[in-house]
Amino acid sequence: MHLSFVPCLAHLSGAPRALSRPLAEVRDELPSWAQIVDTLTFRAGFNTSLVVAGATLLGLAAGTIGVFMLLRKRSLMTDALSHATLPGLACAFLLASLLGMDARSLPLLLAGGACTGVLGVICVQAMLRSTRLREDAAIGIVLSVFFGAGVVVLSYIQKNAPTGAAGLHRFLYGQTAALSTQDVALLAVIAALAVLATTLLLKEFAIVCFNDAFARVNGWPVSALDLGMMALVVIVTVAGLQAVGILLVVAMLIIPPVAARFWTERLWVLVALAGCFGAASGYFGSVLSALLPRQPAGAVIVLTAGVGFLFSMLFAPARGVIPAGVQHLRLRVRVAGEHLLEDACESRSTVPASAVARLALRRGWSAGFRKLVIWSLRRRNMIASAPAGALVLTDAGRARGARIARNHALWEQYLISHADVAPSHVDWSVDQVEHVLSDALLAELEAALAARNHPSTPSAGSAP
Amino acid sequence: MIGFDLALDLFPLLTGVLAAVCCALLGNFLVLRRLSLMGDAISHSVLPGLVIAFLITATRSPTAMLLGAAAAGLLTVLLVELVQRLGRVEPGAAMGVVFSILFAVGVLLIRQVSALDTVDLDADCVLHGQLETLVWFEAPSRLVDALRWSTLEQIPRTTLMLAGMTVAVFSFVGLLFKEIRIASFDPALATTQGFHAGLLHVLLMVFVAAATVASFEAVGSILVIAMLVVPAAAARLLTDRLLAQLATSLLVALLSSVGGYFAATLIPAQFGLDPLSAAGSMTVVGGVLLLGAIIASPRHGLIAKAWRRRSLAISIARDDLLAALYRASESGIDAIELSRLRTLLPGRTLSPGVAAAAHADLICHQHGSVSLTDVGRERAAALVRRHRLWEHYLVQQVGLAPDHVHQTAERLEHLPVSPAQGPAEDPHGRPIP
Repeated sequence: MHLSFVPCLAHLSGAPRALSRPLAEVRDELPSWAQIVDTLTFRAGFNTSLVVAGATLLGLAAGTIGVFMLLRKRSLMTDALSHATLPGLACAFLLASLLGMDARSLPLLLAGGACTGVLGVICVQAMLRSTRLREDAAIGIVLSVFFGAGVVVLSYIQKNAPTGAAGLHRFLYGQTAALSTQDVALLAVIAALAVLATTLLLKEFAIVCFNDAFARVNGWPVSALDLGMMALVVIVTVAGLQAVGILLVVAMLIIPPVAARFWTERLWVLVALAGCFGAASGYFGSVLSALLPRQPAGAVIVLTAGVGFLFSMLFAPARGVIPAGVQHLRLRVRVAGEHLLEDACESRSTVPASAVARLALRRGWSAGFRKLVIWSLRRRNMIASAPAGALVLTDAGRARGARIARNHALWEQYLISHADVAPSHVDWSVDQVEHVLSDALLAELEAALAARNHPSTPSAGSAP
Repeated sequence: MIGFDLALDLFPLLTGVLAAVCCALLGNFLVLRRLSLMGDAISHSVLPGLVIAFLITATRSPTAMLLGAAAAGLLTVLLVELVQRLGRVEPGAAMGVVFSILFAVGVLLIRQVSALDTVDLDADCVLHGQLETLVWFEAPSRLVDALRWSTLEQIPRTTLMLAGMTVAVFSFVGLLFKEIRIASFDPALATTQGFHAGLLHVLLMVFVAAATVASFEAVGSILVIAMLVVPAAAARLLTDRLLAQLATSLLVALLSSVGGYFAATLIPAQFGLDPLSAAGSMTVVGGVLLLGAIIASPRHGLIAKAWRRRSLAISIARDDLLAALYRASESGIDAIELSRLRTLLPGRTLSPGVAAAAHADLICHQHGSVSLTDVGRERAAALVRRHRLWEHYLVQQVGLAPDHVHQTAERLEHLPVSPAQGPAEDPHGRPIP
């Protein structure tokens, strides 16, 4: 046994290592504005443009097809798939160099990777079908065991192949700079395939994703569609290996769809948006990594996508956290304000400060929330200020309060007479429903109650 | 042992075993709570925690690294929860987003650190660890000489850290075993019993993060997933009791780490080759053991399941044959040729049933025709009785039409239960034996 075993491939793959450098030198390395603009507009040399184009195309394809993985809840299956490509890549490399072929030939390596990747997915499915192991365990097992097998073969290549494993290293963390014209052409074909397939089969993919049992009874070839979907994912994953690397290609399939999901509820918009997000992260990420050549390209691209995800999650108007929070707060303020109006108009038109404080205590409003409620009512001209911190209802406020009280009474009456709810139990649910009754429904309720000869304004139950 | 070199093999082997054992124990609870992928996510996202801890303290002291890892683990759990709840993203995708972004941060940071070239933290350790670098330069030539106090001072830091971690994990599980057990199977019950299942969950995740980082230098951040999940999954297939599962998983971990190490170092040496990656080979051996469990587990294995299915099929075929013979004898035919039987039992395979029934002396098989023996007649009468009682029950109690009940009764008759009492005749007017 020799001591020459050095486990870290980087020493051999010739990655330059600078010693600690003065800050000024680091600053000199930062790109100038002209460089940035040139890179962004495909004018920074042929190679850079090629890389940018390749990463953009990859992002487009991955984002588009990733949507369906997200919808089928198979996002992490792609993680198992990408890790399982390592033994295939390594075996193809080994086989090619043993047979004296060009071990770095991309199609050969990718074919090997695709084989074991598919094998990994099949293993996951087989484990789910015929053992008691759950999906999480099955994915974890395939991911790590296949990767381990890859590492073993890699360590063998490291020692015994004439060229070492230098050609394989780029697949781990991705190396966009290694993209050639043929690779980009291949990526263009794959992106076109992904986009074309999703455009033509959008309806079919949608029905398989949302309700595969329904699709099956309607005569759709569900298994074939599923297989087609998976095949596209395999192709995109394998094609993405050399741009972003085995460890991170899953991010290109997951992050853009999840980010796009925040913006829309419609499938075709989702697919288009996810494709655009993917393309944009590929574009900006590869431009960044072209400008900062010492950084691992895959990580830079993924982080660019991550920034897009963060922005979407926080600010997207449809499902973003902040807009949803604001909307929720507004609803709460409106409901609270209506409770205040209802309370005020039931007792008297002027509410002393002590009564507001009592109401706030009973409803659990914080001081800030109480101020917000009063501010919103005042802004909508529902109340006016009176001396000593008391509030006076305006005409509009009084009308609104009366309307809510009336809604409350109507719905309460409906529940008691039609839904057989005990009178002592109705108050709580009514307290929430009273704010959202539509005009049409109210008219119907009034008519129904009038027909049954009930008094149209029963004694209003006191608010809880 | 042939070829076992104290200097080269002792510490790597010890470290690998410790990593496997320590992770396997924790992995049981991940697998039971269906959180294996959380282990996956944490093992990816420990990387930035590790590097940031290193950047802040500029040392590789175990305390700093464990703290960084625990913080990263907590952050992962928290972020996944946040993305899942606030963003209404499904759990798998939420984990995927969080860990891939954190991992990318880690890869980026580790490149900066290794560019400074002051340490051996390296992007490739992430993949397969550095077991092979744990060489004992001052090793004595014989194992006996190694059993001295001064040896303790020469144990590599990684090994010490893992040993400490293993002790910590065992005491964590040992002390809180009762609580962890309840929380693993029924978190809601655990909470009503007066201890916080959520807190226990977070504690478990912190331990997973710490165990991951302790194993990081040994096996890297991807292969540690195998150490967490594979032994526990294999044990889950082999037993149904928690304590037995824990013990089995530890055994699997031990076997796969020792076996993997020798497979990687000694076997290639026999052929004059260089050693392979020990960490990777431990994973592969673990996978092989798991495959063995999947195929040959006495209760849940493929062979056992196929065997059970086959014996059930045979007993059903035998019962169907007996019932057919009994019905024939009702109309006065005692011996039937096999070719006639085939028309009586269309679409069913005859020979296994005939063989099984003849073997149990239930039928008499002579000159190509079969007839019931006395024992067989008794069995067949009981079967036909069950069949007709079921038919009666289905018509009377379930309210099915008399011409719809035969198919259902044909399946129910093979169950060991039947309606207790019935009239003398079934809905088709045939006597109930």
